[in-house]
Amino acid sequence: MKEIVNNSFKTEEYFINMGPQHPATHGVLRLILTIDGEIIKNVEPDLGYIHRSIEKMCERDSYQQIVHLTDRMDYLSSHINNEAVCLTVENALELEVTDRVKVIRTIIDELTRLASHQLWWGVMGMDVGALTTYFYAFRDREMINDIFEETCGARLTMNYNIPGGLMFDIHPNFVKRTKDFIAHFKTKLPEYDRLLTGNVIFQKRTKGVGILTREKAISYGASGPVARGSGFASDVRKRHPYSAYDRVAFKQPLFTEGDSFARYQVRIQEMWESMSIIEQLIDNIPEGEYQTKTNAVIKLPKGEYYQRVETARGELGVYVNSTGTKNPYRLKFRSPGFSNLSLLNEITVGGKIGDLVATMATIDIVVPDIDR
Amino acid sequence: MKTLSITKTIHDFIFGILPEGVASFVEWILIAVVYLTFFAIAGLLLVYMERKIAAFFQLRMGPNRVGPAGLFQTIADALKLVTKELTITDKADKFLFNLAPYFVIVAALVALSVLPFSKEFHAFDINIGVFFLIAVSSIGVIGILLGGWASNNKYALIGAMRSGLQTISYELSVGLSILTMVLLSGSLQVSKIIEAQQEGGWFILQGHIPAVIAFMIFMIAGTAETNRAPFDMVEAESELGAGFHTEYSGMKFAYFFLAEFINMFIIAAIAVTIFFGGYLSPFGITEALPWLGVFWFLLKVLVIIFLMMWFRWTFPRLRVDQLLTLEWKYLLPLNLMNIVFMAVMIWLNWTF
Repeated sequence: MKEIVNNSFKTEEYFINMGPQHPATHGVLRLILTIDGEIIKNVEPDLGYIHRSIEKMCERDSYQQIVHLTDRMDYLSSHINNEAVCLTVENALELEVTDRVKVIRTIIDELTRLASHQLWWGVMGMDVGALTTYFYAFRDREMINDIFEETCGARLTMNYNIPGGLMFDIHPNFVKRTKDFIAHFKTKLPEYDRLLTGNVIFQKRTKGVGILTREKAISYGASGPVARGSGFASDVRKRHPYSAYDRVAFKQPLFTEGDSFARYQVRIQEMWESMSIIEQLIDNIPEGEYQTKTNAVIKLPKGEYYQRVETARGELGVYVNSTGTKNPYRLKFRSPGFSNLSLLNEITVGGKIGDLVATMATIDIVVPDIDR
Repeated sequence: MKTLSITKTIHDFIFGILPEGVASFVEWILIAVVYLTFFAIAGLLLVYMERKIAAFFQLRMGPNRVGPAGLFQTIADALKLVTKELTITDKADKFLFNLAPYFVIVAALVALSVLPFSKEFHAFDINIGVFFLIAVSSIGVIGILLGGWASNNKYALIGAMRSGLQTISYELSVGLSILTMVLLSGSLQVSKIIEAQQEGGWFILQGHIPAVIAFMIFMIAGTAETNRAPFDMVEAESELGAGFHTEYSGMKFAYFFLAEFINMFIIAAIAVTIFFGGYLSPFGITEALPWLGVFWFLLKVLVIIFLMMWFRWTFPRLRVDQLLTLEWKYLLPLNLMNIVFMAVMIWLNWTF
């Protein structure tokens, strides 16, 4: 039978550029969309708009200097990035840091994760059109930033870690302010649920949207809340504990739906878990040195080293290839954002433009982490 | 009872001192000036109100630097917009691009003319008032479609197309929910509708259950008609940048912006007129002072506008297909059943 094609109603696919300057891409990411009406046919991320060759710069710098560069990758988990490099160096030198350092590092890791998830929650609301969430999130994040500011002088790019320990000891107010914050946020996190999670429109926008299966999550190397929303227990804090994570009890939130709402719930649950971790540690920070002295010029022994940590977005890996000099011969970061972004085409094709925005928000990309 | 008739007094005065032809002309100009002034002031105040209310929802202060409590902030913003350059995209359809804002603003302005601010205080009272209102207020979408099409911008085009399908869909619900109330009033003339409420109480009480359903449908559809959140698909900033007015700048953008607020005023004013007794005071408490009608009318309108702002600052946005599902699968069938329900109720005399 001959197929009759009515040319007068023929539609054409066309492409639009989402980005490099676009409110939903959270930075300078360019998505080349092929669209049929409202339906997305293809998504092609185009990277490189803020590439700063951080990995190449690392080959030039000493190990103490490298720590500062990592702030500028995933700037929302800067402390955790710093820690990844410090742990690599400490492992290579077989340097044992004091318990005090381990506990303080863990507390600040979790505060960083909370701050990052709060910002994500605010922006998630904005992406689906609820502008008010942003201000609620920033009210609470401000308290964390104030704690950081008092501790190390910086609010975002902290540089609090150095190989061998911490730059300074914690501020005398640190324990009290952290406790105050936890008490405050315990009353405010249910407010987040009331404002956004329970909203029918929000659930309609996110449930069944951007479905990622467990197999796809593993084969694309997804990590962090994106993987855990698909039922892949990928938490590095559980699988390869570092710092003080082996001495705290916490759950790894897992959801098997794999849709945007599952990823959303993982992050909300993680905020509760982070608070519980901080509560377990904050009352018994051990006494001791906040720094183990290292040589002024750190030279790693010849060889290859790899260390992974769990940032707010997933698994960050640091690979160092040393030839025994004061600079690494080669340094490579395995950033969580890059692997998570590579999923985008897989899970958004066939959806609407609105779905793409909601899905991108739950993948929680930070573009400087992707373009290093 | 002594009735107040501002318009009649002015009309008699002008026709008393001038020949008939000239007097009519002067009257037209006068009405136009009054409405344009009202339009500008209402727009500015509503923008200020929106910003303050948004601020209170969002734990902020809102504008508070220019003038007392930031009252002159919107005037300063308007001045800034007036002085800005009017840019136009390369290869845009210049004629349609420049024409589009006027469609939007004229539609809003004309719709304003049949709304009674107080007894005998409206520009013209025609016997098809409600019908005229619905017809005229939907002209605005032509402006949005033209603006989006003529901008030569894909984001603007998507926004404009969304606007088209949204307005055409929700027009039905607005019309049918008003029709439910017209069944109750038995007249399309706005002044007759309000008179009917003076005798038997506000229509939302007279019509009870079906009137409340009609009111809720009207509020949902009315919010969608004005392209405001949660139905702001047209300018969904996280999806389309700024939607249909991406390429507009300066005063032309301001026209779109002001028209949105005037449309919100119109939707609220229609709701007040057909559900809450227009300029009538609650339970007739100030019936002896008819000049308070303007006050009551504006107060009720502001309450409804507050409701719409409340929607906007607490709800996420719907997706395009969900928007259409809501209209065609839920609101429209409900509306049709509601009309039948209302008709049966009136037939059985179950109204108050």
